[in-house]
Amino acid sequence: MTVAAEKQPAVDRDVCIEVSNVTLRFGGVTSLADAGLSLRRGEVLAVIGPNGAGKTSLFNCLTGVYRPQEGNVLYRSRGGREVSLLDRKPHQICRLGVARTFQNIRLFAALTAFENVKIGAEIRQRTGPIGAMLGMPWVRRAERVSDEHAHDLLAFVGVQHRSNIIASALAYGEQRRLEIARALATDPEVLLLDEPAAGTNPAEKRDLESLINRINKELGVTVLLIEHDMRLVMSVAMNVVVLNFGRVIASGTPAEVQGDPAVVEAYLGTPADGGDGDAAPR
Amino acid sequence: MTTLSAVARRARWWNHARVRRIGAYVFAGIVVALVTGPGGSEGHYSNGLRHGLLAPRVIPFIVGGLVVWAAVELGGRQLYRVRPLVTTVVSGSQRRWQSPVVRLVSYGLLLVVAIVYPMHISEFWRVVAANEIAIYVLLAIGLNVVIGFAGLLDLGYIAFFAIGAYATAYFTGRLPIHAPFTLNPFLVIPLAIGLALISGVILGFPTLRLRGDYLAIVTLGFGEIVYEFAKNQQGITTGSAGVFNIPHFSIHLLDINYDWGLPSLPYYYVSLGFIVVVMFLFSRLENSRVGRAWTAIREDEVAAAATGVATLKYKLMAFAIGASTSGLAGVLFASKVGSITPDAFTLQYSILVLVLVIFGGMGSIAGVALGAAVLTWLPELLRTHVNPQNRFIYFGMLIIIMMIFRPQGLLPSRRRAREIRFAEAGLEGADALGPTPGSGLTS
Amino acid sequence: MCFTQSFWALLVSGIENGSIYALVALGYTLVYGVLHLINFAHSEVFMSGAFGGLFVVDAVVGGPPSSGLSSAGLIALGTIAGAFFGAVAAFVLERVAYRPLRRRNAPPLAFLISAIGASFFLYNLAGKEFGTNPISVPQIYDEHPWFHLFGAPVLNTYVIIVVVALTMLVALDRVITRTRLGRGIRAVAQDAETASLLGVDIDRVIVTTFVLGGLLGGAGGFLYGMAINVSFNMGFIPGLKAFTAAVLGGIGNVRGAVVGGFLLGIVESLGVSCVSSSWQNTIAFSVLVVVLMFRPTGILGERLGRAA
Repeated sequence: MTVAAEKQPAVDRDVCIEVSNVTLRFGGVTSLADAGLSLRRGEVLAVIGPNGAGKTSLFNCLTGVYRPQEGNVLYRSRGGREVSLLDRKPHQICRLGVARTFQNIRLFAALTAFENVKIGAEIRQRTGPIGAMLGMPWVRRAERVSDEHAHDLLAFVGVQHRSNIIASALAYGEQRRLEIARALATDPEVLLLDEPAAGTNPAEKRDLESLINRINKELGVTVLLIEHDMRLVMSVAMNVVVLNFGRVIASGTPAEVQGDPAVVEAYLGTPADGGDGDAAPR
Repeated sequence: MTTLSAVARRARWWNHARVRRIGAYVFAGIVVALVTGPGGSEGHYSNGLRHGLLAPRVIPFIVGGLVVWAAVELGGRQLYRVRPLVTTVVSGSQRRWQSPVVRLVSYGLLLVVAIVYPMHISEFWRVVAANEIAIYVLLAIGLNVVIGFAGLLDLGYIAFFAIGAYATAYFTGRLPIHAPFTLNPFLVIPLAIGLALISGVILGFPTLRLRGDYLAIVTLGFGEIVYEFAKNQQGITTGSAGVFNIPHFSIHLLDINYDWGLPSLPYYYVSLGFIVVVMFLFSRLENSRVGRAWTAIREDEVAAAATGVATLKYKLMAFAIGASTSGLAGVLFASKVGSITPDAFTLQYSILVLVLVIFGGMGSIAGVALGAAVLTWLPELLRTHVNPQNRFIYFGMLIIIMMIFRPQGLLPSRRRAREIRFAEAGLEGADALGPTPGSGLTS
Repeated sequence: MCFTQSFWALLVSGIENGSIYALVALGYTLVYGVLHLINFAHSEVFMSGAFGGLFVVDAVVGGPPSSGLSSAGLIALGTIAGAFFGAVAAFVLERVAYRPLRRRNAPPLAFLISAIGASFFLYNLAGKEFGTNPISVPQIYDEHPWFHLFGAPVLNTYVIIVVVALTMLVALDRVITRTRLGRGIRAVAQDAETASLLGVDIDRVIVTTFVLGGLLGGAGGFLYGMAINVSFNMGFIPGLKAFTAAVLGGIGNVRGAVVGGFLLGIVESLGVSCVSSSWQNTIAFSVLVVVLMFRPTGILGERLGRAA
């Protein structure tokens, strides 16, 4: 693994996540084969590819859910700290500044929208159980801070009017945005969005488009996006990486990728390609 | 699922759901006959069964089962008419319950009753209140943190109670091995809490990564190890003979000299004080960052971790807090009763505390406290009619019935009840255990 | 001091214990395969089988055994009765403690608690009905060494238990690998949803799985009771050990449970000779904890579907 990392030339300091030569296998199935990409600070990078191409597996390797057999994932924080994401647990990766959403929305369904975001907002606080039990002043102060942060984020994604509603009672598009708000609440430098437009209607898609742009521009968060909706990808992504059968088959600007014959073949090629669901076996 | 033969099977009259339920009611009747029947501890081992199932005895129970069947099947529709009314009343009272004023006043009234009422009861009931109700309420509140808040099944919970009790014996110099100093039981409390907490962390640290059902087994094993240690190591714990003459609480501060001695009432008040404090602290904890993290873990551990919640740390915290409450109860128990034997710390008692938590409603502090008080008091009230030894049998039935009909408990926490509803609708988990059994197991 | 007895004698008794652990472990593994949950009440199925066998044998037997043939008949009768009562207990258990929860799609914690409740109920009910003293099964055969293995006497009890257990284990393996029922069980174990879409009656598969586990566990209960004695709390320790065996072999894996059972029996028998017997259970629990922590998927790996 380290050998593969050393082979890389000194990458420029703009890159905040460098995925190199990642190979992930489940028994006999290879989900990612020698996949690599670099995510530059401040960009919106889209990962596209047919179903089963390994997109979600890639996310899971970045967030500590899976551990690939080969390859390396380097993360460089704004402070210049450079760490491998492979040996870390999901919660540590989140605290390092890489937050994510899930393809099949995973909210805390029995909590309110507000509480969902607040859980994200308070992960960096240092208040412990004893302070909480005794109702110490610093605990109250911390609560106020995270309350405010949560409210701001709910407003930012546009569900502030639903903040006291149970998460599972929200409309589908609202749940998507709430999940994004929860991820943003952890104060990430990089946000991984796993098919945020899946199941949303055209109006919601437009809202999402502007939301992603605002996350990128106003909050200065780097976005790595998995998406099937080409219109959305074309409009928000600065760069695109195309995966097929766990390999990167093309990368470049949206326009470049669109014209790439390998990409066209991956999508329209042999019918057997897109049979399976996204390769995320448990 | 719907093969032709299945359709054909369903068509027969004896496969009609209503008819099939007769069997269940008759079976229930026989079980009740057995449970309420005479035991077989004397004479031949088959006496219990023979006398319990003797025709003249069992027939009324079978008939009773049939009558209940008829009432439910034929008159059950009437019940559905009552149902909306019940729901209105219940939801109305729940709405009122949400108002902080109503809640505060009710808690205040309950507290006043809990303080004043025991002054007017006989010594027998005072003993029950101090030795059993207060102790079990405290134990249940502690286990509620583990199972109700964090969704972890701990079957070795009583081991921490044992640790607290034996710590009292040790630090008051009543064990064969001597402590470097002896203390008043009051001063043992912080030591015992710390000791139980440390044991909780030692047990929890390696095991809390395990899946929920494995955790249950491992904690059960731990409870058994502690029990066997207490029973077999005569040189350290006096073994099954037990420890006696554990001193009572006493205060000697400046001019204040008070010794708790034999009467139960003063002990009851000490325990009540601890219960009130613990309830207050835990309810604050529930509504804090820590409590929210527990809820997140319970509902979706993967999402919680992805949101940055350190799942292992919070599970460990719940485990340790539960353990230390159990340890505190152990000190109170040892000092009040004055003697301990290993047989008070078997798996049976871990399950008993579990019953108390489930009955009141896991996750709801007030519910758990009330449920525990009621379930501890009831067997004593029915003492003349039902052998208190048999309460475990009834409690076993009670658990199953609760799980079938009211898994959220009598006075559920709103969040918990909602989670169970959602889990049943396939939306979320309600514990740190993963997907629902028997449906989409591997997806 | 290790091996104060001869190694072979310890090995023989380890195999005897191991065959009972294997029988009981299969109950855990089968149910785990289809429900992905530990059946906490399986130890009480074991106990029910022992009492069932005891009752039947007690009712039939008049005096000391008259001939070898009648002894064999009585042993068979007791085992069958044990298996029958074990199966009944497992069936009722599924109906009362599991099925209503499955209907409601309850969360897993509810299943565990309900099973614990059932176990608690049966345990205490048995304690009340049959008293708390151990009861011995009437002598249905003369216990004597049958032959010697490297100088270690092999009692006929050992031979009987191992032979009966192995017969049942082979029969179960046949059922799982060769029959339609076995295919159904494997299908549900792999993917219940798909199996049900393909026309497998899940309820039926689950209840038969419980019954199969109950047959083996009940028979194991009688054999255990015959070798030692029968009591209301006899299920607890063997149940825990059988569970350990199931995990050791890879829970959900049928052949793994058998391997785990024998392995645990032998290791325990050899290991206990090294320390005081009062530590016996502590050792077994420690083995469990270590196995769960370092190799929770067991020796042969999880999954019923893959087992055969």
